[in-house]
Amino acid sequence: MVETPQFNVLEHNLVPEHRLLSDEEAEAVLSKLKVSKDQLPKIRKSDACIKILERINGEIKEGSIIQITRNSKTAEVAVGYRLVRG
Amino acid sequence: MKRGVSKRIGSIKFACLSPDEIRKMSAAKIITADTYDDDGFPIEMGLMDPHLGVIEPGLRCKTCGHKVDECPGHFGSIDLAMPVIHVGYVKEIKKLLQATCKSCGRLMLNEDEVKVFRSKMDQFEELGGDTTDIRELSKDTAKDAQKQICPHCGTEQKKITLDKPTTFREDGHKLTPKEVRERLERIPAEDLTPLGIDPLSCRPEWMILTALPVPPVTVRPSITLESSDRSEDDLTHKLVDVLRINQRLRENRDAGAPQLIVEDLWELLQYHITTYFDNQTSGIPPARHRSGRPLKTLVQRLKGKEGRFRSNLSGKRVNFSARTVISPDPGLSINEVGVPEEAARELTVPVNVTKANLETLKDLVKRGPAPSSDPYLPGVNYVIRPDGRRIRVTDKNAETVAETIEPNFIIERHLKDGDVVLFNRQPSLHRMSMMAHTVRVMPGKTFRLNLCVCPPYNADFDGDEMNLHVVQSEEARAEAMILMKVQEHIMSPRFGGPIIGAIHDHITGTFLLTYQNRKFDRGQALAILSKVENVQLPEPDFQDKNGPMWTGKNIFSTILPKDFRITFKASICEKCNVCRKDKCDKDAYVRIRNGQLLAGTIDEKAIGSFKGRILDKITRDYGSEQARLFLDNVTRMAIGSIMVCGFSTGIDDEDIPEEATRQIEDMLHGAVNEVDRLVEAYKNGELEQMPGRSMRETLEVEVMRNLGNARDEAGKIAGKHLGIENAAVAMARSGARGSMLNLSQMAGCIGQQAVRGERLSRGYWNRTLPHFRKGDLGAQAKGFVTNSYKSGLTPTEFFFHSMGGREGLVDTAVRTSRSGYMQRRLISALEDLKLKQDGTVRNTADSIIQYHYGEDGVDPTRSVAGEAVDVDDILMDVLGDEAELLAKIEEKKVGGYATVEKDLMETGEEDAEEAGEEPEFETGGEE
Repeated sequence: MVETPQFNVLEHNLVPEHRLLSDEEAEAVLSKLKVSKDQLPKIRKSDACIKILERINGEIKEGSIIQITRNSKTAEVAVGYRLVRG
Repeated sequence: MKRGVSKRIGSIKFACLSPDEIRKMSAAKIITADTYDDDGFPIEMGLMDPHLGVIEPGLRCKTCGHKVDECPGHFGSIDLAMPVIHVGYVKEIKKLLQATCKSCGRLMLNEDEVKVFRSKMDQFEELGGDTTDIRELSKDTAKDAQKQICPHCGTEQKKITLDKPTTFREDGHKLTPKEVRERLERIPAEDLTPLGIDPLSCRPEWMILTALPVPPVTVRPSITLESSDRSEDDLTHKLVDVLRINQRLRENRDAGAPQLIVEDLWELLQYHITTYFDNQTSGIPPARHRSGRPLKTLVQRLKGKEGRFRSNLSGKRVNFSARTVISPDPGLSINEVGVPEEAARELTVPVNVTKANLETLKDLVKRGPAPSSDPYLPGVNYVIRPDGRRIRVTDKNAETVAETIEPNFIIERHLKDGDVVLFNRQPSLHRMSMMAHTVRVMPGKTFRLNLCVCPPYNADFDGDEMNLHVVQSEEARAEAMILMKVQEHIMSPRFGGPIIGAIHDHITGTFLLTYQNRKFDRGQALAILSKVENVQLPEPDFQDKNGPMWTGKNIFSTILPKDFRITFKASICEKCNVCRKDKCDKDAYVRIRNGQLLAGTIDEKAIGSFKGRILDKITRDYGSEQARLFLDNVTRMAIGSIMVCGFSTGIDDEDIPEEATRQIEDMLHGAVNEVDRLVEAYKNGELEQMPGRSMRETLEVEVMRNLGNARDEAGKIAGKHLGIENAAVAMARSGARGSMLNLSQMAGCIGQQAVRGERLSRGYWNRTLPHFRKGDLGAQAKGFVTNSYKSGLTPTEFFFHSMGGREGLVDTAVRTSRSGYMQRRLISALEDLKLKQDGTVRNTADSIIQYHYGEDGVDPTRSVAGEAVDVDDILMDVLGDEAELLAKIEEKKVGGYATVEKDLMETGEEDAEEAGEEPEFETGGEE
């Protein structure tokens, strides 16, 4: 596991856009999807993308939600959410 | 028959059995290793103790008093003289020993560390984590707790190692199971949770056995052979060993025998108990039967493909099913399956007797189980009374049984035409491998099916067998008809095109019918149309000296929906640089307007499985019922037309003039010489090296390219003399069977043989065969076959050809086994994912797997080439039919997104006017 990423992985063209949701946004997403936090897909706190996001946003706590915007073959743009966990 | 759920399983918990529990649930203490006495009666306190259940009919269980099938069997127990380690738990025991203090038994973590663990655990509960996460966490905790000195009492720890499979050592010094057990007993309950153990359901010392449960006799029944010898189950044999050694160990220990002897016996007991659980434990020899066969003990009963899980719980044998060879019947609909009478009399459908059908069913029962079979009439095999008793109907009792039936009886009737059955061919790789058909009972001994359903089942008739299941309830029948009927599966979810479609002769048939303007007289036209249901002979296209004549295109149009419209390029299209569209002299531009085939040839691209455009559009626009009708009609019509036109192929289809043969020979000769020249240049170092390649590689690439071109050239020369009027070419070009490459290999030249994408090189030292000089790099020496399949191969060529052929065989064998395993794992991972009402894909825990199905929420079986809406088609619908208009739009699209909408509206208005004036745009209008 790389402790500090050597370069900004988010700038790589194969890495989709990651964005930390604010508490209000997170709440809105959960109520829109009608799910509880434990039903979301997960992302590790040690993930390189989270490390980079932490440089921008400060520490990201477990339980925060990351919005991931991907290019999709079928839908052009697909938005997904992941829950940060340890 | 009782139905419905009476109890629901709320949850299942797995835990360890404590010795107390083992003794409590024991119906009999087992002491003696003997099973039966001299009279053949089971000995009390032996392994076949009658308290453990009954296996012989007529006897009653001494514990519960029930008879054979009523008594579930009861456990017994063996008290072990010395504690023994349970092999299944050695890993956990090792973890516990390493993580706890040898003297005080506490978990070697200080309070802060425990707190960290607790908070992590709480987080899992809140944010959702599965069992693997928890296992991972407790594993990490255990690792953290491995310390040199205990933080609680300060005792120095020694290193614990595991000598596989069951011996623990502390600094090389052996720990007896007894010592291990004592240490485990010392661990306080609150220290167990951080290690992933729930102290309420499992105390660690229970992982060391002091009592062994003896499974009921029903689990290990003995079999009586014809010679009235008894043969015991493998488990019984193993338990006998355990009992014997246990007995000896107890005697020796009580008599105060030397430590060494006791230890040896103790170890022997450990061996027997280990193999009783798992006879394939690594590190110890498997226990064997007298014959030398390894015993099948507990783990072997459960594990693997033949184990309890995969062969008895995930998969079961079923009744009301049949299996036989399949054969084709073009007369059947795609929805039907032909069932032989013999099978139909064996397979039954339950029918509830009501007031309304009482009389009909009485007549049915009267026929008995074997009515005369010309014509086939269904009979009855069983009558089930309301109390659940089954009465077998025989020829003798049919009359009397028929009189007894009343409402609420159920009769099991033979299959008859129209019954719903499921039809399946293994390997069942996709959902189209199992589809619902309606029955057609017919003479013969094989299942009959329409040829169009061969592609989804991947079936052919070289001896393939298929399975058939009769659906037993109304609910199941309805479900099968709505969801599984063949016509509902014309579209494949894999690529969104039709997977059920015409193949082989069907395509040849429509090709012959529609290619160019073939003419048919009244008799021929009627012969073709007579195969099709519900059509009228159309108006003749013209008159000639033989009377009225019909074109094939006209005949074909009779089965198209009346307002059908489509335009596409057929399989025979040669992809000219400038497409002449309607005026195509190859008749490859298909144009259908108002259900009339105006131009083009109907071939694989139109009606074939995987590709058929017409099929695709009919299914999408008119529904599966219309698609089924079209498919049934088109295949019958194709068979009709192929019979009228006549069609045959043979090796003489690949005959080419001598002149052409000579031309090919000369050309190949030239190519071989060119290769020699290249080799010469290589040897002299004059070859121009390619970037990133060595000289040798450069040569190989050049040679391969040269010889590849030579083969294509040979094919081209041969192809010049093989026109589309040639039957073999017609099949290849229309997509019915074979390819132009196949033909050029038969008529022209087979070409370079390759293994792993390279020219042949292995065999003898520096040469492939002793027929060539060492180091010969020429064309022939390295596997170039100049002959054709028709002219015949030389011995060396034949050998090279076999080498290439063998690689293909090995490849397919390896591929199928690998992809089979991959499929199995994929299916296990995806099997219970479900598309929910809100469009998300979720698993059984209701966790989200995908936020929107396929990210765009489009069902591939209903999409148009992956898009939810076919914009071009709608444009065509709205604006009428004008290819130039579309081309115009296409041009403007390039201009940029912003302008498109406006421009579209402009052109749209213009042409809407045009379309209003001339709703029907005929061929003449274009140009």
